Amino acid sequence: MPLDRDPADRDYKVVGHRHNRPDGIDKVTGRAKFGADMAAPGLLHGKILRSPHAHARIKSIDVSKALALEGVKAIVTAADFPDNPAVLEDGELTNIRYNVMAREKALYDGHAVAAVAASNPRIAAKALKLIEVDYEVLPHVVDVELAMKDDAPILHDHIRTEGVEDAPDRPTNIAERIELGYGDVEAGFAEADVVIERQFRTGAAHQGYIEPHACLANISGDGSGDLWCCTQGQFMVRDVCAQLNGMDVSKLRVTPSEIGGGFGGKTTVFIEPVAVALSRKAGKPVKIVMNRGEVFRATGPTASSAIWVKMGCKKDGTITAAQAEFKYQGGAFPGSPVSMGAMTAFACYQPKTLKAIGWDVVTNRPKQAAYRAPGAPMAAFAVESIVEELAHTIGMDPVDFRLKNAATSGSKSSYGPTYSDIGLVETLEAVKAHPNYAIKLGPNQGRGVASGFWFNFGGQTAVTLNLNIDGTVALSVGTPDIGGSRASMCAMAAEELGIPYHHVQTIIADTGSLGFNDVTDGSRVTFASGLATIEAARNAVKVLCQRAAKIWGIPADAVTWENGCAVPAGPNAGEFPPMTIKELAKQAGATGGPIAGHFEVSADGAGPSFATHLVDAEVDRETGRITILRYLIVQDAGKAVSPAYVEGQMQGGAVQGIGWALNEEYIYNDKGVMENPGFLDYRVPVASDLPMIDTQIVEVPNPGHPYGVRGVGETSIVPPLGAVANAVAAAVGARPEELPMSPPRLLKLMKEQAQPLAAE
Amino acid sequence: MARVKLWGSLSRMADGQKEFEIDAPNIDRMLTALGEAAPKLKPILAKGVTVSIDGTLYRLDKFQAIQPDSEVYILPRMAGG
Repeated sequence: MPLDRDPADRDYKVVGHRHNRPDGIDKVTGRAKFGADMAAPGLLHGKILRSPHAHARIKSIDVSKALALEGVKAIVTAADFPDNPAVLEDGELTNIRYNVMAREKALYDGHAVAAVAASNPRIAAKALKLIEVDYEVLPHVVDVELAMKDDAPILHDHIRTEGVEDAPDRPTNIAERIELGYGDVEAGFAEADVVIERQFRTGAAHQGYIEPHACLANISGDGSGDLWCCTQGQFMVRDVCAQLNGMDVSKLRVTPSEIGGGFGGKTTVFIEPVAVALSRKAGKPVKIVMNRGEVFRATGPTASSAIWVKMGCKKDGTITAAQAEFKYQGGAFPGSPVSMGAMTAFACYQPKTLKAIGWDVVTNRPKQAAYRAPGAPMAAFAVESIVEELAHTIGMDPVDFRLKNAATSGSKSSYGPTYSDIGLVETLEAVKAHPNYAIKLGPNQGRGVASGFWFNFGGQTAVTLNLNIDGTVALSVGTPDIGGSRASMCAMAAEELGIPYHHVQTIIADTGSLGFNDVTDGSRVTFASGLATIEAARNAVKVLCQRAAKIWGIPADAVTWENGCAVPAGPNAGEFPPMTIKELAKQAGATGGPIAGHFEVSADGAGPSFATHLVDAEVDRETGRITILRYLIVQDAGKAVSPAYVEGQMQGGAVQGIGWALNEEYIYNDKGVMENPGFLDYRVPVASDLPMIDTQIVEVPNPGHPYGVRGVGETSIVPPLGAVANAVAAAVGARPEELPMSPPRLLKLMKEQAQPLAAE
Repeated sequence: MARVKLWGSLSRMADGQKEFEIDAPNIDRMLTALGEAAPKLKPILAKGVTVSIDGTLYRLDKFQAIQPDSEVYILPRMAGG
């Protein structure tokens, strides 16, 4: 859907202005209904028995004692999710089935083994203790590099390494090797005046959403039913749950609740198919609510990584060669985002030669799930660390160094295609011009810069817009609102119809009320649902003009739409006073029936997004504590439909990235059991840890959207890891190579390497 | 004839060939022709790839038009969060 015209020439009346979000009052007063708020008469409570072992063969499961307990109504195990063609034909669906309920083996600490539905939570918990599972404990591996060794414990007998010629025909934990690049990197390094290489590691970080997974399934005796849940994609939940349970898709209706954060982690299912199976077996509604420990142990964090990067540049700053090897473990099943990491790693720059290799590795950890810009932040951490070091080594300002090598509109991306209109240079220039860049730093303080890239995506989208009798509008979209998107949909519909923002009410429709929508991911909603909303409104305007033409007795093409009214298109059309949307709505029944607009699309052309972050940090040399003093984000939003929520997305991504950089990681003991499955020990940043996160929106219109919109939800988590690491490196004179930079790790670094970095 | 370039790993499955000249009006026909030119690619193409046409990524629309002078890249399947 092409850009209408230069948005700078358009006088937006609603879009681009700041409005109260439609879900705001309900959320701050507690009226909003989240997943765990759902209830139904005769409700049963579901609980899940989880493996205490990182890797164990399940020799048998005896549920007889648990079933005999009064109040227990149903128990399910893997046997309740039998083979069916839909599952067997789809490798990822097969993996999801194995992940929601362990089959031959438990593959990680916390892997679901059985589930109980009982008349109250206490009985359900008691029943779990009566289930007897006979485990044969197996050797385990949770480290990506150890898992790649020939003598590593093997998780799956069927995995052979894809992407490798003449791979040995024996089981391995390496699911895939990927490679990209161009040119002769060795010649590129030979041309360089400075070459730097380092080995980096990042921990597995969880999305850390405040709302644990929760759902309520209610399947009736005829096999049809409802499911309410917190999710980023009700249609995905419907399709997966129906297929895993052998149901017709049409027999399951899924209604999404409000969502207390997702960040990618709720783009798949964990408890939902289990609740459906329990409800079907018990003949009663079943509710399952995870506790925080279950969220950490059994849902998807992102991948942990080991990354080697080598880059070379000339004295004038030109990057002549870039080389990297990315090793990502994505938990117990193939599918880590290593290819995305490799493609995004150098996307901000134009190295003359490039070679990148990636490895997708399975380990005895929970199956990774998407997390904002999956795969990109850790790759950017490694690359931005080297970029900063190269700049300092040749005595060049780090922003100028990035500008010298920056990807520009019309340049070739490092992953292949040519960029259309992009805004990296604008973000770098804005950082350089910002007052924060000139503030003098004190002792033990350092400044870091990093840039980041994300592709952004579209996807299948359906929107329906209905005109009410009073001229207000009911807008139904199928993409759960995880960042203020309802406000943006209201704004775009109001803009097109020429009515006030508060005259549009947007709801997230259930799966029975709207055509299929892909999940809310890939920073796609304001782009794709927004694009569909604009087109649905334009279709409704056509109907409105037809109705006015009918009333006036003139041809439909003699009517146009201005400022919320039908008006004659010109003097030849006749003289009629403007007819308001309210007047037309009131006469809808008499002029042909309900007035509506809808639009369905596979949206593409999302347009990539770039950001540059600037951070000042201070290090306490006695304790290793790092304090973020100042933080600035500059990001290209294409066109900020709701500037306040764009800023919120930018700030949220940065804060999650700061947590990943400083504190957050999964810690395992020698048995492969997670030792910190709670917010006391898994430390996410809170408001008191941080300064105000300053934001500056850059608008380089995306040519693929009528208003120029780009997604903004993911790019902001890409630069923080590198930016914070660069600030800390400048402060302590030693380069952090492992994240998070927890106090013990930083103290060790300072003790072992406390010497000035090259020119830093 | 559009120049169709393969993302790094895919060229291994095309006996090292990184670029193909293919005359096809849309993505669907182009992928079919590519599979015939490099049979080892067929299973990967069937599993799903992302196609870039003149810098715009297409993950779903198989009937997007390709112009004779288009820059086309075959990239891996992509997903966001």
